[in-house]
This record gives sequence, structure tokens and C-alpha cells, in this order.
Amino acid sequence: MNVPAAWYLVLAAALFGIGAFGFLTRRSAIIMFMCVELMLNAVNLTFVTFSRTLSDVGGQISVFFVMVVAAAEVTVGLGIVVAVFRRRASTSVDELTEMKG
Amino acid sequence: MIALAYALPSIAVFVVSALLILGGAVGVLTFKNPVHAALSLILSLFGVALAFLAQQADFLAAVEIIVYAGAIVVLFLFVIMFLGVDHSDEPASAPLVGQRTLAGAAVALVIAGVVFLMATSHWVTGVPSVSTNGTPLATGADNIHQIGAAVYTTYLMAFEVTAALLIISVIGAVNLARKERPRVGESQ
Repeated sequence: MNVPAAWYLVLAAALFGIGAFGFLTRRSAIIMFMCVELMLNAVNLTFVTFSRTLSDVGGQISVFFVMVVAAAEVTVGLGIVVAVFRRRASTSVDELTEMKG
Repeated sequence: MIALAYALPSIAVFVVSALLILGGAVGVLTFKNPVHAALSLILSLFGVALAFLAQQADFLAAVEIIVYAGAIVVLFLFVIMFLGVDHSDEPASAPLVGQRTLAGAAVALVIAGVVFLMATSHWVTGVPSVSTNGTPLATGADNIHQIGAAVYTTYLMAFEVTAALLIISVIGAVNLARKERPRVGESQ
């Protein structure tokens, strides 16, 4: 018998917490994107765990769509990072202070 | 002894995947060099793929490795090398006072709350599947068959919307990343 779903859910919660903490504290835009990927993967793990628990393939379909959206998000996000780097020669988000009041 | 209630191999798989996932995630958090962080991210994604395999999501485990570890992380590495930022971009001291403490406290509070809710609430399990008309979750080739059938019938609309989303994001990325050059008859 497989381990209980709660084990995987707690693991996913821990992974989401690490990703959220990294997103809030790191300064490099590229590493912040990686932390977003960690959070998305934590949610995917939750979806798959509930898919197994409820014996429903719908959770796995959701993960499939989350992966597609994550790929699109990374493409556009890294495009923005490249465009910002052209102007400032830095990927640090602390440099972007034009709209500071 | 609670551990003896479950089969030892499934416990071993869970422990290995948890170590891979958390070790990789902590690596992303702590490595100063973005290249090391990206390689650490791959480790974490392999752990997630292992957890998918252990939970009858065979197709998604393969897609996780091919799309995430194979394409997305390579895109990250490509941008890191292209920009030449394979060194630390972090300032010595944080500009915001107490940012780490506040972020840590907020994240710990939210995660503790979620885990507490999970531990104390009542779970409904074993309901018949809605998306596959009552067929239970299959493994192996049948898993791919189930996902394919559901994507092209129940979730066809969402599938077509993602196709549009991918086209839009590709056009957007090309437009963002190309060099700006002043066009004729347009004041810049």
C-alpha cells in the first residue's frame, strides 16, 4: 500500500514555503523565476496527490495545463529579463526604481 | 509503529523523493551563483518526477523531465550564459530592514495554517471519477490513453485556449527580446 496522501501534501507545502521565501528574499530576477517554478511544482504535486486519492484523472489534466502555462510564463519572463538587462546591465530587481514615489 | 502499516518500498520512494525535492529547493534558495541554482532546480524537479511516478502519474513524470528539466531549465541556463550573469547579483545587506525575518515569519505562518487545516479537516476519498465517467485511475499506457481522451473531449476548450496562449507568448517573447531599431516615419 502506498504512503498516505498527507505525507505528499506536507512535502508539497514545504516546497511551496521554500519557493515563496526565496521569491520574497532573493534579488536576482532569474532566481526569483526559479522560485516561482518551485511553487508551481508544489501545486502540481498536490494536484497529482489528490488525483490519486480521488482516483480522478482531472487532477493530472490540470497539471498538464499548469506546465503549459509555466512554459509560456518562463518564455515571456526571460524575454523581459533580457530586455531589462539591455538597458541596465543587471538582473537585480532593486535597480528598477523609476516608479518610486 | 506507524511505518509498518505501509509497504517499505513506497516509504523508501517517498523519502528519496522528499530528500531530492527539499535538497534541490534549499539549493535554489542558498546558491549565490545562478548556474548552480539552476542545476539545483533540476535536482528538485527530478524529485517531483519521482513523486509523480510513485502516484500513478506516469505520463506527467515523463513530461516533467522532458519539459521542465529538459526545456525550461535549459532556457534558464541559456539566458544566464547569454547575459553573462554567472556571478552573484545579491547586495551585501538587504535594502529593506527585516525583510528576511518578516518573509520567513509570513511563510511559516501560512504553511503552518495550511498544514493545521489539513490535519484537522475531514477528507472525502474514493468518490467515482467525474472526468472519465467512473473509470478508476490507470497506470502505464492506459494512463496516457486516459489523459489523451480527457484532453480531447472534456477539456478540449481549455486545450485550444492553451494553443492560443503559446502562440501569443512566443510572439511576445520575440518582440521583447529583439533589438529596438527606429522605424521610418516614427519619432522615438
